[in-house]
Amino acid sequence: MFKPDDPLKPLRPQFLEGWHAQALALADTLVTNGAITAQEWANTLGAALDEAERSGAPDTEDTYYNAVVQALETVTVTGTDIKHAEIKNRKKAWTEAYLSTPHGQPVVLRTGG
Amino acid sequence: MTRFDGEEAAQVHRHLHAHLPSDPALRVKALESLLVERGMVAPETLDAWVEAYSEHIGPMRGAQVVARAWTDPAFRERLLANAAEAIKEFGFEGHATGNLKAVANTPTDHNMIVCTLCSCYPFSILGMSPAWYKSSEYRARAVREPRKVLEEFGVSLDPEVAVHVWDSTAELRYIVIPERPAGTEGWDEARLAAIVTRNSMIGTHRTLTAEAE
Repeated sequence: MFKPDDPLKPLRPQFLEGWHAQALALADTLVTNGAITAQEWANTLGAALDEAERSGAPDTEDTYYNAVVQALETVTVTGTDIKHAEIKNRKKAWTEAYLSTPHGQPVVLRTGG
Repeated sequence: MTRFDGEEAAQVHRHLHAHLPSDPALRVKALESLLVERGMVAPETLDAWVEAYSEHIGPMRGAQVVARAWTDPAFRERLLANAAEAIKEFGFEGHATGNLKAVANTPTDHNMIVCTLCSCYPFSILGMSPAWYKSSEYRARAVREPRKVLEEFGVSLDPEVAVHVWDSTAELRYIVIPERPAGTEGWDEARLAAIVTRNSMIGTHRTLTAEAE
């Protein structure tokens, strides 16, 4: 793990998955907009990482980004009026939208919830 | 140093061809659409952030800061006194790190940075942090046994060199100013910046060389 993988300009992409970038962009924007403080974000992410470690998740970048998503859900619920159930329903709606959209066509959310 | 990673390539391949996004990707999509609807975030802000951190913001920013600190003693003094203020003169687009502390290596002192809580890092001047910086192993061991961790990075320190480990927080991030290597006398900032590695600014690389371009 401690390989000095370092060049000035990284050869691998900064983000291996689009959602990694989207998740960090959302977190940073919520801090910049003042919806949550930087300290709240750090504490929540730290707690999510601790939880992942305690549950035996491997010490990988994947685990890290899963903790980011977990923390993002937590701060969204505590820092906005969005509730857990709403996030769950919206995820279900996106899943259905993807499954019912023929490959190659834009995926559009049909429900409001 | 970068090598082909078959599993990583396969993962990217699967990602490109799978129609239904992964579970965390769907969770992020759900959050994003709800936050956009509520007016908490603007899609164009997110797009600009992703583009900036994917394409433009990286360790070359920090390297420019280090190069100037090597060539301009007055700047070095300002940087060590108040790094956030001092780097304003670079005019980096986007928001730079609000609270930043620069710590300088010397022949008798070595500095390294970590975030023991999560992954606080001076993103705006070093770009995204490397995977190992975010690992729980580095976060725990950098404080507990810094010399051993440094050895694993190939950094062997003489016993008389003191190691200072700086624990980053949401409010205060750090950048290490490595020592200027011998043989670089008369070089301009751009040439100097090209030999400054990202890890040297985190403190997991110590001895820069004039040839390391």
